[in-house]
Amino acid sequence: MYEILEKHRLSDAIVLMVVAAPHVARKARAGQFVIVIADEQGERIPLTIADHDPQAGTITLVIQEIGKSTKQMGQMEPGQGFYAVAGPLGHPTEIATYGTVICVAGGVGIAPMYPIARALKEAGNYVISIIGARNRGLLFWEDRMRSVSDELIVCTDDGSYGRKGVVTVPLQELLEARRDEIKKVWAIGPTIMMKFVSLTTKPFGVETIVSLNTIMIDGTGMCGGCRVPMLEGAQFVCVDGPEFDGHLVDWNGLLSRMQFYRDEELLAVERWEHLRETPSHECRLEKMIA
Amino acid sequence: MAELTNRQRMTIPRQEMPTQPPEVRIGNFDEVALGYTWELALREAERCLQCAKPHCVEGCPVGVQIPQFIKALRNGDLPGAVRAMKEKNNLPAICGRVCPQETQCEANCVLAKKGQAVAIGRLERFVGDFELREHTAAPQPAPPTGRKVAVVGSGPAGLTCAVDLARLGHKVVIFESLHLPGGVLIYGIPEFRLPKSIIRAEIEFATSCLGIEIRTDHVIGNTYTLDELLAEYDAVFLGTGAGLPAFMRIPGINFNGVMSANEFLTRVNLMKGYRFPEYDTPVKVGRRVAVIGAGNVAMDAARSALRLQVMQAARERAAGITPADHEVHIVYRRSRHEVPAREEEFHHAEEEGVIFDFLTNPVEILGDEKGTVRGMVCIRMELGEPDASGRRSPVPIPGSEFEMAVDTVIFALGTSPNPIVFNNAPGLVRTRHGTVVADPETGRTQMPRVWAGGDVVTGAATVISAMGAGKRAAADIHKFLTEEM
Repeated sequence: MYEILEKHRLSDAIVLMVVAAPHVARKARAGQFVIVIADEQGERIPLTIADHDPQAGTITLVIQEIGKSTKQMGQMEPGQGFYAVAGPLGHPTEIATYGTVICVAGGVGIAPMYPIARALKEAGNYVISIIGARNRGLLFWEDRMRSVSDELIVCTDDGSYGRKGVVTVPLQELLEARRDEIKKVWAIGPTIMMKFVSLTTKPFGVETIVSLNTIMIDGTGMCGGCRVPMLEGAQFVCVDGPEFDGHLVDWNGLLSRMQFYRDEELLAVERWEHLRETPSHECRLEKMIA
Repeated sequence: MAELTNRQRMTIPRQEMPTQPPEVRIGNFDEVALGYTWELALREAERCLQCAKPHCVEGCPVGVQIPQFIKALRNGDLPGAVRAMKEKNNLPAICGRVCPQETQCEANCVLAKKGQAVAIGRLERFVGDFELREHTAAPQPAPPTGRKVAVVGSGPAGLTCAVDLARLGHKVVIFESLHLPGGVLIYGIPEFRLPKSIIRAEIEFATSCLGIEIRTDHVIGNTYTLDELLAEYDAVFLGTGAGLPAFMRIPGINFNGVMSANEFLTRVNLMKGYRFPEYDTPVKVGRRVAVIGAGNVAMDAARSALRLQVMQAARERAAGITPADHEVHIVYRRSRHEVPAREEEFHHAEEEGVIFDFLTNPVEILGDEKGTVRGMVCIRMELGEPDASGRRSPVPIPGSEFEMAVDTVIFALGTSPNPIVFNNAPGLVRTRHGTVVADPETGRTQMPRVWAGGDVVTGAATVISAMGAGKRAAADIHKFLTEEM
């Protein structure tokens, strides 16, 4: 068991957990991920490592409670623990001195972007960060991102905080005004956001790195479930990624692949919420499925 | 019972093992073959002629003392049979189920030439299952040597190597990347051929008796590099297997509904997807499934898919819905004669209603507007001249393309070594196929203090050949630790 040492709620549906996983903490680097299983019946889900402390032997995970497994994890408390934490997996972010870079993060993607922005800043880059969320309640770590950014732009879709609108609007403005200055863009967030960031930067020819979070089983290159359709061929998030050149991804193919288990995901959430509400009651849904 | 003469022994027919009938078993994931009863096992054991020069033993990659264990068995001395078995094989309940005995020990049996070999595999399973229940012969470690060995991978090669080294008194730590030990035994081979409870029991028994530590969730190459292991351990054995699936390079492989047999079987086996939503990992098969390839993995995938379809149909009937027809096809570019799967697996698949499309090869997968598989364009093949493998090579028949309506395509075309272990290990020499170069007799690689064995060296092969390699490497590691250090 990998004990949960701390838990903080970052927003309505996002929790931060500090988890004891010394084998991961000793080697983790910005951009890498772990596979986590909540309990013995659980599924293997990839989560980006938001921070790590090799001395304390801990990693920080930021979890958006969206499916059955992540909702269940969000209900867990310090003292309890996860059944499995494997990693670190994937390639770390390539940190170098590029000049001026833009870090675009949406929703829960702000968490994995923070260590990348911090590393870029430490490497001497001029870091412009754009962070966004659907509304103010879903936004977190503005202060942390500000502390590692030379410029910070905050957006909400509904205008409840910062600029109203999506992250690609200020991105477009920056590219138009300062094209020659901007050397590289990172984007982490919902797949659809990363798609539009890539589409926005493409005409300007600015290299754009996206961090993909696909369906995954083993996470070690054995199943091929995490394959990403590229404009030519396919790549695997677990061994080739998780970061890819956003201009080479077949975004529509990827979005379609991520929908494949949608019905099952909805059923699992429905069942879980139902069982939580009526724990002793014999589940009708269960019987129908068994 | 009075001792029988050889003539009398030869009149006893080979004893069949009870199985679940096909129409019942396709509706569940329970074990197909039910194992011998005492009576059946004794009668089968009576058939062994106790040859002075037992060729069966030569056919066994780990050299199990077959006549000895059978003799003890027919004398009613099951603990004696276990001891004879465990001299060479620490996982008999597993080997008795998954070894291709018909091409190994049983092929060499003198009775095979006269018709029917002694059912050595079934007897091995009987003895192995007895021991899992009774624990009569707990393996004992020799006094500690003070040497430490890291074993990477807990599949058949790694487990065998670990057990042999621990028995010799070395401290062994196994590193496993998944959350459960067993490697391909647990993620690849389905419950209906090798129940997970058997694997768990065999591993727990052996490792607890010998003080072997298993660290799951450790992905060697990342969590620790090979160099880091070498700094901490006297020797390292790599038994990381071949799990990287091959996809065909044809259009359409990224459509939803196209997957590797590894993904499909891992969802079903390791993650218990057939029990979704009680278990969290879903697995989805359509009404018309095509499995590409005809090896053992293809048979496992086809038979698992069929079970999922039948279980789905049963749920629909229970809910008052008339289920639609369903089919599972195995699409293979060669003919029946070249099928690489074990005869028994082919036979079981056929019995269960898997449809075989021989001399057929996919050339394109077709998708609908949502990006989901709707069909497959195939081409008919004919057999030409023998190729490098000695099998007649399939040649496409021009103009014979046709469309097959399928909604799920599962590729079972073989695998190559898992890649991550090679991160930051430039000293490890590999072939152009990605397999590690190692001495077949000793398992020594080109890197000092590193041994390798099993599929990571040979490419995808059998459980028992991996166990044989693990065993030979253990012997050589022991020699190194005691004589060369």
